[in-house]
Amino acid sequence: MLELQNVSKLVGAETHIADVSLRLERGSLNVLLGPTLSGKTSLMRLMAGLDRPTAGRILVDGADVTGTPVQKRNVAMVYQQFINYPAMTVYENIASPLRVAGVDAATIDKEVKRAAELLRLTPYLARTPLNLSGGQQQRTALARAIVKKASLVLLDEPLANLDYKLREELRAELPKLFAETGAVFVYATTEPHEALLLGGNTATLSQGRVTQFGPTVEVFRKPVDLLTARTFSDPPLNTIALVKRGGSFVMEGDSGVALPVPLSLAAIPDGPYTVAFQPHHLSLSPRDGGAAVRAKVTASEITGSESYVHLGFADARWVMLAHGIRRFEPDETVEIFIDTRHLLVFGPDGRAASTFPLAA
Amino acid sequence: MTDATASREAAGALPPGSALPDAPLNQGGGIRAGEDRVARAMRRRGDESRFWWLVPTLYIVFLLLPIYWLINMSFKTNQEIIGGMTLFPHEPTLRNYRIIFSDPSWYWGYLNSITYVLINMVVSVAVALPAAYAFSRYRFLGDKHLFFWLLTNRMAPPAVFALPFFQLYSAFGLIDTHIAVALAHCLFNVPLAVWILEGFMSGVPKEIDETAYIDGYSFPRFFVKIFMPLIASGIGVAAFFCFMFSWVELLLARTLTTVNAKPIAAVMTRTVSASGMDWGLLAAAGVLTLIPGALVIWFVRNYIAKGFALGRV
Repeated sequence: MLELQNVSKLVGAETHIADVSLRLERGSLNVLLGPTLSGKTSLMRLMAGLDRPTAGRILVDGADVTGTPVQKRNVAMVYQQFINYPAMTVYENIASPLRVAGVDAATIDKEVKRAAELLRLTPYLARTPLNLSGGQQQRTALARAIVKKASLVLLDEPLANLDYKLREELRAELPKLFAETGAVFVYATTEPHEALLLGGNTATLSQGRVTQFGPTVEVFRKPVDLLTARTFSDPPLNTIALVKRGGSFVMEGDSGVALPVPLSLAAIPDGPYTVAFQPHHLSLSPRDGGAAVRAKVTASEITGSESYVHLGFADARWVMLAHGIRRFEPDETVEIFIDTRHLLVFGPDGRAASTFPLAA
Repeated sequence: MTDATASREAAGALPPGSALPDAPLNQGGGIRAGEDRVARAMRRRGDESRFWWLVPTLYIVFLLLPIYWLINMSFKTNQEIIGGMTLFPHEPTLRNYRIIFSDPSWYWGYLNSITYVLINMVVSVAVALPAAYAFSRYRFLGDKHLFFWLLTNRMAPPAVFALPFFQLYSAFGLIDTHIAVALAHCLFNVPLAVWILEGFMSGVPKEIDETAYIDGYSFPRFFVKIFMPLIASGIGVAAFFCFMFSWVELLLARTLTTVNAKPIAAVMTRTVSASGMDWGLLAAAGVLTLIPGALVIWFVRNYIAKGFALGRV
């Protein structure tokens, strides 16, 4: 178990990590999700012990390890860049943590062969890493992390520099590879869908703060604030500022839009709110609970069997994910439907309306 | 239903990518044809100049002529050298070389030079390695200024230091020892080695260090087992430059030695005798002075350019 208690990291006057508290259980898969510069790598470096937190404590299985150097911690880490020891063969690269630990040669050989088999590196054991493809180099780094059998495995965007097919393949394998070791498994990514595919728990990061931590699906479905919802949405979350009047959200000074307030939120007080919905909750054809809106097309992109249609509605910029190939001319006005069953509602302070204390 | 919806449906009905695939192919063909044309034009220009050999030949002739002349002279007798200009030795002789290899005052000159050069090389690289690592990996107060200040040591002429060095080394009883010259040469070789090594080290990602620490390597073990092999070429180049500059330096080496550690360059000034200048002997000594440098260059020939750029390529 890894526990971070009010951990902060300042570099000069810049805050890289601000007051983070997390509890990661043994054998759990934890995703750190956030855009670039949100502090994923900084947080991982603190967890690993490469950096010392400015404030706060880090506990492993209840023991304070805040000042313990990285060599004395049982950690494995894989970077986004393919980091191996270029002067050693793949075999020696994988064997390196065991050699340092003073494991006998027979065990080393067995472990290295096993890890190489798992990651399909067996034919390349005699080569040096720079003579391998990117995917093979990263698999070498992963194999080194596996043989160590560390109690904390940190993967910092390990698949970001790989091509699409290999990424899909490795992503499916990764959790399985480490699951049997019972380690705390931490995976940093910038891509929301990667977090969803991995499952487990997700901590969303924004500007050095953990905005929410919980089971991945729950964080995705029920973000506690607008920041989390934005972090966990790609393409960007669609938002619009509306005012609640009785049973519907309306636009100030305009009767064009009227979204019914979801039943679960019927009790929230009248007033201004930010209403948000995912791109796939916009559609071109009316469905159950769809509210019609007329918006102007600004651009459309086709990605294989789906189309992203960028829309302008009043001051808001929206993206719609439409099935099939849809081509629109810019400035065309289209009628779209918002699926009102999946509205996310946030108060003026950015907190989700569902977390408001219900009016008595 | 509006016009917009109709056109949308029309667009949707279009089979995916019906008109698109041709365009990139044509484009690719266009680029390839363009490249061909350029290549052909370049080849034609190359073929047209029938005097392409002229510049390289002139370059090599001017560069090698003095060296040839030195070797030429070293195999001649003094009479032939003074008598007139001959393109090759008419009475080739090994007398000059025989004197050098048989007279202790001559060959000890070489041994002295090689001894202090090697000591200097080892000391400079050993001192520069940790310094360069610190400059490349850590940020500390005034690091950039200190780094630049190191190089300014190279800018002062060694003559400036000759007098204080002589005084200091006398006080410590180091005059006329190999170690004295080796230490004195560190003055300009350590900064150079630090600069070269820092460049090579900065080319190694910091994450490799961290991965090694995570794997459990202690700093010394990481440095020797993981890091040094990665900058081996840098160490080679730094050692080469130390060798070269120490080997050719005369002023400090001569000031700090009298008999026991006298460098070859100082010995070479002794060829004036009652019977006049011994040109042949001087030429032979010169040829032998060139050899160690040429040998060392051969070993680091592939990295020399990177070394001159202080590893920053």
